[in-house]
Amino acid sequence: MFAEAIAEILADQFKPGAVRSVEAGGSPAALWNTLSESGFLELLAPEDAGGANLALSELYPIIASFGRHAVPVPAAQSIAARALLVPHGVAVPSGMTTLAAACRVAADGRVECALTPFGTLAEFVVADHDGELVVLSCAEAERVATGVHGSLCATLRWRVMNPVARIAGAGGGVALFGAALHAALLAGAMDRVFEMTLQYGNDRSQFGKSIGKFQAIQHQLSVMAEHVAAAGIAAELAFAGTGPLPAPLATAIAKARASEAVSVVAAIAHAVHGAIGVTEEYDLQLFTRRMHEWRIAHGSEAYWNQVVGEAVLASPAGSITDFVRAAVD
Amino acid sequence: MANLTTAFRLAALPAEAEAFRAQVKAFLAAEMEPLPAHVRARSWMGFDAGFSRRLARRGWVGLTLPKAYGGAGMDAFARFVLVEELLAIGAPVSAHWIADRQSGPLILKYGSDAQKSFYLPRICAAEAFFCIGMSEPNAGSDLASVRSRATKCEGGWRLNGAKIWTTNADNCHYMIALVRSSGEAKDRQKGLSQFIVDLSLPGVSVRPIRELTGDAHFSEVSFTDALVPDDALIGGEGAGWEQVTAELAFERSGPERLYSSIVLLDQWIACLRRTGRAHAHAAVIGRFATHLATLRGMSIAVTTKLAQGESPIVEAALVKDIGTEFEQSIPAIIESLIAASPDVEVDADLYRTAAYLSQVAPTFSLRGGTREILRGMIARGLGLR
Repeated sequence: MFAEAIAEILADQFKPGAVRSVEAGGSPAALWNTLSESGFLELLAPEDAGGANLALSELYPIIASFGRHAVPVPAAQSIAARALLVPHGVAVPSGMTTLAAACRVAADGRVECALTPFGTLAEFVVADHDGELVVLSCAEAERVATGVHGSLCATLRWRVMNPVARIAGAGGGVALFGAALHAALLAGAMDRVFEMTLQYGNDRSQFGKSIGKFQAIQHQLSVMAEHVAAAGIAAELAFAGTGPLPAPLATAIAKARASEAVSVVAAIAHAVHGAIGVTEEYDLQLFTRRMHEWRIAHGSEAYWNQVVGEAVLASPAGSITDFVRAAVD
Repeated sequence: MANLTTAFRLAALPAEAEAFRAQVKAFLAAEMEPLPAHVRARSWMGFDAGFSRRLARRGWVGLTLPKAYGGAGMDAFARFVLVEELLAIGAPVSAHWIADRQSGPLILKYGSDAQKSFYLPRICAAEAFFCIGMSEPNAGSDLASVRSRATKCEGGWRLNGAKIWTTNADNCHYMIALVRSSGEAKDRQKGLSQFIVDLSLPGVSVRPIRELTGDAHFSEVSFTDALVPDDALIGGEGAGWEQVTAELAFERSGPERLYSSIVLLDQWIACLRRTGRAHAHAAVIGRFATHLATLRGMSIAVTTKLAQGESPIVEAALVKDIGTEFEQSIPAIIESLIAASPDVEVDADLYRTAAYLSQVAPTFSLRGGTREILRGMIARGLGLR
């Protein structure tokens, strides 16, 4: 029921024009307030904290829908922040909160969260500092944008580590949520891109017929469908457990497989669309740019496949089939 | 199927199916003799009537067929588990495979009471082995162009023509053959019928075809005025195309389209562990695992639809196409990596297993419908054709 209500808000208010406006430097406040005032950021918070205590499996379609609409505010991250902080009795900061993909402290004490999703906008960052969960205020941070056109990602730097809250031993959850959320965002964005590409194949006419009538295009769309379906199933694995955090191995599998699908899905989407697909005015770029960014965010398949492989080797010798079954159960 | 997010949703196997898995594992531990990997890699090409009969005595051939016919009356999820366990270990399942997977369900769906009573108990006892009678020397992907013909005569039908690429025909008792029973080649899908052909009849000859691996799984089966009785016709006369489409749906929807190279993958990892070189390949091992986990999830999604009584033909084609790509990637990658250091000795069994699978891997995306045919089916499901 939450998913339907959120889908309605997204369809109504998170149109491509709104996404473009935020990317161009416009204020995200109206979009952010729409979500925060509706109470949807509290989906994972316990009921006694005014939340909906939603299971992760029920959260999956909601996060995927954020990907489908290229939501240009850290809504997914702010929902996860509740799950990371509230059970430890830590108050959730008021404002746009994102998750750091990395957090390094240099010898001179300077702190850097490199390539932080929504780093250009976020008011707070939840980060994993050597296993400790820290909440950092961006008001004191230097923001260095990536320089990539339209990107809301930025590297954040502080002179000293001065968290507004810290929870010993809870840092590991940041990477798990970061990876799981981006797997779901990717699944949603790829599903949208597939829908657009299929529609374009039907609409665009060359040689006197829809290009979708050509076998070469049909086969490309079939392959695209396979990879989008695979990414969707994989992403859902991260949300299938019953615990409060995404399960580590399932999350590794989810982010690795969804990230790997990006290259082929983006390539076919653009191949079928032709030149119009790479223009700023056409909406496809809102999604394919994000797909590339999200493939990288919180580790690409190059990282997560290694994690899964090391887990295979750390498990007792047995069949890969048994390993996989245990990993996703 | 244009909406992929609703067509593929993650589902778990029910607890009963997982409980059944423990029984299957125990059976395999007790009943499957240790075989080298290059033999186990043949799995559903590996003919062992004795193994199939032991499985049948346990009640697991014709697992989904009704108990009244000697089946186990179990559901699609139990079959998923059984097939997964048999293939993961590389059990020699070829003898009963086709009958269990498609001939039995086809007879159950379209057969007369007499046909069901005759064939199904024999299938479940692993006494009747079946082969597929679809492809012909001049009818491959264009299956509707089959030229084998059944001509009505006194006492039954006379069959003439030839079927080819028939797995294990020389070891099978019956073939379900798709032949033209009326009309002309230009009538295409109209006028085709399916017959259950007793391969021991006069006028039926089987010629094994040796393949590049040295094995001879395939055969060419020729009919020369072979007289089959009236009750060899299964289903309606002229309904062969509809029936063969249903049969192909049974053929394509199981998990066997993921596991054809899995013995090689396990053997490779075991050798790497033994020689202490595994960590250098962790990312490759991990990638195989992430793909297998994903494909397995997709296959369970299809099984869930089957169990709900749906006929997910397009979804099954999609999983088969991407599944065979995975199966083919395993020998393609491992063949390269076993020679990454020419001075390191390669395990002899691993070498043979990699060679066998590299040689036969192209057939993974031929059998049961070529890659091109499947992609055409997916495109039709997407509304493009």
